[in-house]
Amino acid sequence: MTKAQHPQVVTANHLLDGDVIYLTEALDWTRQITEAAVAHDPRRAAALLDEAQSRPHEAVGPYLTPVALDARGRPGPLHFRELYRTTGPTFLTDEAQNVPV
Amino acid sequence: MYQYDAFDAAFVRNRVAQFRDQVERRINGALTEDAFKPLRLMNGLYLQLHAYMLRVAIPYGTLNGAQMRQLAMIADRWDRGYGHFTTRQNIQFNWPKLRDVPDMLDALADVEMHAIQTSGNCIRNVTTDQFAGAAADEIADPRPTAELIRQWSTDHPEFTWLPRKFKIAITGSPRDRAVTRAHDIGLRMLRDDAGEVGFEVLVGGGLGRTPMLGKVVRAFLPRADLLPYLEAILQTYNLLGRRDNKYKARIKILVHETGIDRLRAMIEAAFDENRRTFAPVDPGLLDRLDAAFAPPDFEAPAEVPPLVSPALRSFIDTNVHPHRLAHYASVTVSLKPVGGAPGDATSDQMRLLADLAEDFGHDELRVSHEQNIILPHVPRRHLPALFARLREGGLATANVGLVSDIIACPGMDYCALATARSIPVAQRIARTFADIDRQHDIGALKIKISGCINACGHHHVGHIGILGLEKAGVESYQITLGGDGTETAAIGERAGPGFSYDEIVPAVERLIGAYLDLRHGRGESFLQTYRRLGAAPFKAALYPDAPAERRAHAG
Ligand code: HEM
Ligand code: SF4
Repeated sequence: MTKAQHPQVVTANHLLDGDVIYLTEALDWTRQITEAAVAHDPRRAAALLDEAQSRPHEAVGPYLTPVALDARGRPGPLHFRELYRTTGPTFLTDEAQNVPV
Repeated sequence: MYQYDAFDAAFVRNRVAQFRDQVERRINGALTEDAFKPLRLMNGLYLQLHAYMLRVAIPYGTLNGAQMRQLAMIADRWDRGYGHFTTRQNIQFNWPKLRDVPDMLDALADVEMHAIQTSGNCIRNVTTDQFAGAAADEIADPRPTAELIRQWSTDHPEFTWLPRKFKIAITGSPRDRAVTRAHDIGLRMLRDDAGEVGFEVLVGGGLGRTPMLGKVVRAFLPRADLLPYLEAILQTYNLLGRRDNKYKARIKILVHETGIDRLRAMIEAAFDENRRTFAPVDPGLLDRLDAAFAPPDFEAPAEVPPLVSPALRSFIDTNVHPHRLAHYASVTVSLKPVGGAPGDATSDQMRLLADLAEDFGHDELRVSHEQNIILPHVPRRHLPALFARLREGGLATANVGLVSDIIACPGMDYCALATARSIPVAQRIARTFADIDRQHDIGALKIKISGCINACGHHHVGHIGILGLEKAGVESYQITLGGDGTETAAIGERAGPGFSYDEIVPAVERLIGAYLDLRHGRGESFLQTYRRLGAAPFKAALYPDAPAERRAHAG
C-alpha cells in the first residue's frame, strides 16, 4: 500500500509551547494522536489541512501524516519520526534531567 | 574577558525589546509564521520536533562563573533544568515557551550574553581552540584575531549576501583542536624563519553533504595582512561562488571546480589591490583586543601535593592538558558520563562548574567543540581538591579522548531535520564500553555521530564516524572510517552498507575488537593502525559474512 492510501491525520506544533498537536473531529487541538480526526480519503484530508492552515495563530507548520488504525479504529503513528513525536525524546539518562517517555 | 561597552549593551537590549514586540505580534495575530520565522531565527529561536529551542552564543567558547550560573538559572526558571553544549561552542535550551523567550534573552543580557544568531548567508561566529590563551603548545592566543575578524565582518556591507553562509576557524597552536580544515577558511598561526607571527591560510573545507578538506591557499600570511587578504578571498568568492544551486554554493565547491591554483592567482591579485587601498587597523583597537583577552593574574609557582590516589592520576592522564605555565593545567570536565546525553549539563552541574571556576580557575570556563567544559587556568596545587569536588558532583568522568567521549548531535530526539536518532546510539556505545580500564586499554578514539547529512556531529572527521539515515522506513547507520579533524585531517571513508539501530553497536564493537587484535601494542592508536593497514581488515570485521570480493567494492 502506498502512503497515499493510508488514512491520514493533521499534525503541527503548538504556537505557544511548541508541543506536538493533532486536529480533532471537533476542529480542536489535542496532544494525543489517538484523539486525532482521521481522514480516509484525499478530499477529507485536504479539508482538514485547510482548516489547520486557516488557524496559523494556534498551530505552526501543519501537515498531513499517514497513520495506522488500531483494533478500535484509533490512529497511531506509522513512521518512526511520527512515533518519536508522540513520545518525546526516546532516551533516558541516569540524571533525572529528561522527561521519561 | 571582553566587556560590553555602552554600545554593545544598548544594542543587545534593543534587540531584546524588538523581539519582545515581535513575539507579542506573532501571538496576537499581527505576524504570520512566514514573517516571524526569519525574525526568530535571527534571535536564535528554532522550532524543533517537540518544542522551541533557544541557541545561545558563547563567543570563542569563553565564559565566566557568573555567566554559567545565569545559564543554570535560565534552565531552571524557563526550561527543564538542563542545557546542551554543542560543537559550535554554544548552548541550546530545548524546552522554552515562546512567551518566555524575551525574558530569557533579557536574563542573558544581564550577564552580557545573547542569542543573536549571525544567521543567513554571512560570515558566522569565528570558532577556535578551547585551550586558547592557555595551551603550552600555543604560539599566541588566537581569540584577539578571531574578535578582529568578527568586527571586520559584522558591519561589512559587501558580505551580508554571500552565496552561502561562511565559517572561519582559527588556531594559535600547531596542534589543531579547532578543526580548521573543515571550515570555509581555516587559519593556523605559525612563525616564519625570521620568527614573525603569521598564518597558514586554508580555504574550501566543510562537512555536510559534500565533505571536503581545506586546501592551503597561502603558506604564510603576515598578521598585518590578514584583513586585506581575507577580504580578497571573500571578494573572489562573492564574485564567482555559485548562487544557482544551494548545494553547490559553498566556497569548497568553488575551490573544487576552479582549482586551487587558479583561485590563488585571483585572490592574490585582489589582495594586491586591497593592500594599496586598505586602511590599516587602528593599533589602539589591537591593544584593546589584546587587553580583552589578557591572561588572568597567574599565581607564583607553589608546591604541588603528591598525587596519591590512582583515580586522580587516571583523571589527570586523560582530562588534564599542559598549560603554558608548568605549575598550571587546563582541566577538561567531561559531559559524557555513561548514562548521560553527550553535551548535556544540569543546572546543578552548571552551578558547580561556576563555583569551581571561581574557587580554582581564575573565574574562566570554556566550551569545547567536543561538547565538554574546560577550566583553562587551574594551578596544579588545586588539582586534588578540584577532582574531589568534581567527584561529589558526578562530573569526574575520566574519559576525555577515549571511546565514550563521543560527539553526538541532537538527532531525532530533538532535531526536526534528523533522519535518525544519534543520542541513544552514543549512550549504547558508552554503556558497552563503560569499564574505564577497558576504555584506557583501547586508548585514543574519537567516535562522532550525526543524525542526518548536515553533519552537525562531525562524523566525517571521526576515527569512527556514524551517520544516521532512513532506509526503507527504518533507521539505518552508515559507518565511516579513518576520519581525523586535527592537523593530520582526513575525511573518513565509507565502510559499506548501513546497520540497523540494533546492529550498529555490535558493529562498533567488532571494529574495536579488530583494532585490539591488529594493533602493534598499546602505543598504536586506532587511527594509526587504520592508517598502517587500510580499511580492508576493518571491513572484514564489520561484514564477516560478505565475500572478500564484494567487501572490496563495498561503499
Ligand atoms: C537541533 C537543531 C539544529 C539544526 C536545525 C541544525 C541545522 C543545521 C543545518 C541545516 C546545517 C547545514 C547547513 C549547510 O551545510 O549549509 C548544519 C550544519 C552544522 N551544524 Fe547544525 N543544526 C542543529 C543543531 C546543531 C548542534 C547541536 C550542533 C553541535 C553539536 C550543530 C553543529 C553544526 C555544525 C558544526 C555544522 C557545520 C557542518 C559543515 O561544515 O557544513 N548543529 N546544522
Ligand atoms: S546533523 Fe542533522 S540531525 Fe543532527 S543536529 Fe544537525 S541537522 Fe539535526
